[in-house]
Amino acid sequence: MSAGSPGDAGGVSESIRAEALAAVVAAAARTRRYGSWYVAEHRFRVMRSYAQTVLFTAVGSPLIYLYAMGVGLASLVDGNLGDNAVNGVSYLAFLAPALLASSAISVASEEFTYPIMLGFKWNPTFFGMNASSIQPGQIINGIVISVAARMLITCAIYYVFMLVFGAVPGAFGVVAVFVALLTGLAFGALLMAYTITLKDDTGQLAMVQRFVILPMTLFSGTFFPLDLLPPYLQWIGWVSPLWHGTELSRVFAYGMPEPIWLSIVHVLYLVALLVVGWVWSRRLTVRRLNT
Amino acid sequence: MPEPVIATQNLVKRYQNFVAVDGISFEVAPGESFGLLGPNGAGKSTTMRMIGAVSTRTSGDLSVLGLDPNRYGPEIRSQLGVVPQENNLDVELKVRENLLVYGRYFGLPRARVARRADELLEFAQLEDKAAAKVDDLSGGMKRRLTIARALINDPRMLLLDEPTTGLDPQARHILWDRLFRLKEQGTTLLLTTHYMDEAEQLCDRLVVVDKGRIMAEGSPADLIRRYSSREVLEVRFGSAQNAEAAGRIQGFGDRVDVLPDRILVYSTSGEKELERMTASGLRPITSLVRRSSLEDVFLRLTGRNLIE
Repeated sequence: MSAGSPGDAGGVSESIRAEALAAVVAAAARTRRYGSWYVAEHRFRVMRSYAQTVLFTAVGSPLIYLYAMGVGLASLVDGNLGDNAVNGVSYLAFLAPALLASSAISVASEEFTYPIMLGFKWNPTFFGMNASSIQPGQIINGIVISVAARMLITCAIYYVFMLVFGAVPGAFGVVAVFVALLTGLAFGALLMAYTITLKDDTGQLAMVQRFVILPMTLFSGTFFPLDLLPPYLQWIGWVSPLWHGTELSRVFAYGMPEPIWLSIVHVLYLVALLVVGWVWSRRLTVRRLNT
Repeated sequence: MPEPVIATQNLVKRYQNFVAVDGISFEVAPGESFGLLGPNGAGKSTTMRMIGAVSTRTSGDLSVLGLDPNRYGPEIRSQLGVVPQENNLDVELKVRENLLVYGRYFGLPRARVARRADELLEFAQLEDKAAAKVDDLSGGMKRRLTIARALINDPRMLLLDEPTTGLDPQARHILWDRLFRLKEQGTTLLLTTHYMDEAEQLCDRLVVVDKGRIMAEGSPADLIRRYSSREVLEVRFGSAQNAEAAGRIQGFGDRVDVLPDRILVYSTSGEKELERMTASGLRPITSLVRRSSLEDVFLRLTGRNLIE
């Protein structure tokens, strides 16, 4: 590089330089601030291309599950155990908050797996984003924002069906929607981090579905209280974000009796998972995109 | 002299057990069209990614638009247009939508992005494909769309990583026309290629890169003059006779290169060399006189073909 000219010519070129720098800094300032939202905007556009599927599952699954389990299976349970079958409420009221939380988990298991694999590998759009003013962490933020939005809509629809089925006796039931959101994101962020570590999908994601998500759904106090499980299996519930989310949902949906400290543990545990998964995902993304 | 838009000094990128870029130094002036020519694995793309502020250098100095990419990544990228080797258009979106979402990444207002998207679809000759799916485009069209996308922020510099690899000749020429037009408008172009004709068409100046190092630097004509001759005579004698004929040809032209299945004679006049060959009783099966190209320069510098 040529040395700067002596005297005030150097001063002039210094000021031109400072001006140019200021202009460039200004050009990137909006993206530095709002980049995560731009990524979310992109994801919403993509989701629009499968909006029908999103809506269909969001409406279809509460209908099917609440009817099959909450009405069908419930008639058997309540028939045997009476109207306040579990925790002093009907089986439907017991089950519905758990199904709500599971619906958030199922959105997470869709959105934080294959679309992530897609963006890094099969259709590497994340590399395209990274070549613009967007930073790797903003890509992750944008994904979380967009999935949170879809999850919130799905859970809200679920909740409406719960009301229609008369499954929410408690006054603060609507809080369960946000508990479900937190549950889904806490699990989802970890799942996303795991997916980012995969260089290739040779069946790992299907295994996760089968050997993590399904057992988690079955053994997280979803269909029966955790303490009915033999003690050596109860740890599954304690580590499972779904169990923490479900229990917390029940507190709000029908006032399930629970010591306050335990409710606080549920919140802290879920928040901790979310933070760990989110931060980890951001770090992994920096590493994968900065090649 | 205007301040260079790219200045590298002893740039190094080392991965765990190999050095991809091994001390590269060059400068690119504003408005210049600069090429990195070399075979696969020479370190061209890695250099490009470091300049594009998406790959952290191991050591050396690098300044892009006067800024250090380690500190001003988003700022530098806001001024660049990047055409990667592998298409990363979003196949879940329509053609025009790809431009719309990308424009937003630079913080541009929606209305302005929409206007610019239409201009660029025209520039890329894709107006009637605006609502098409990306997957329905041909390879050449995808490339043009990627270039259009790279221009959405009116970049000061366009980085093109092997822009025409994998395209058929017609698609390549359309693309070259578009790039040439950008060059005329004063956009700085930085491109990697392993096609000599591409470098000769598009580059004002280039560096020949091999194994992470710069082998030579200059304009295409300059390099050909320095490392090759005006013309090249290519002759074949059949692989069995090749070695024997090669012995008898030594001393022809300025220089002779013996390849496994053909012999290259560098000379100011290929025809004269061919006449001389025939006069001395050598009968090649095929002969071809052509203008010397960057491929010859590369062969001379490294002893290997550019595309193996």
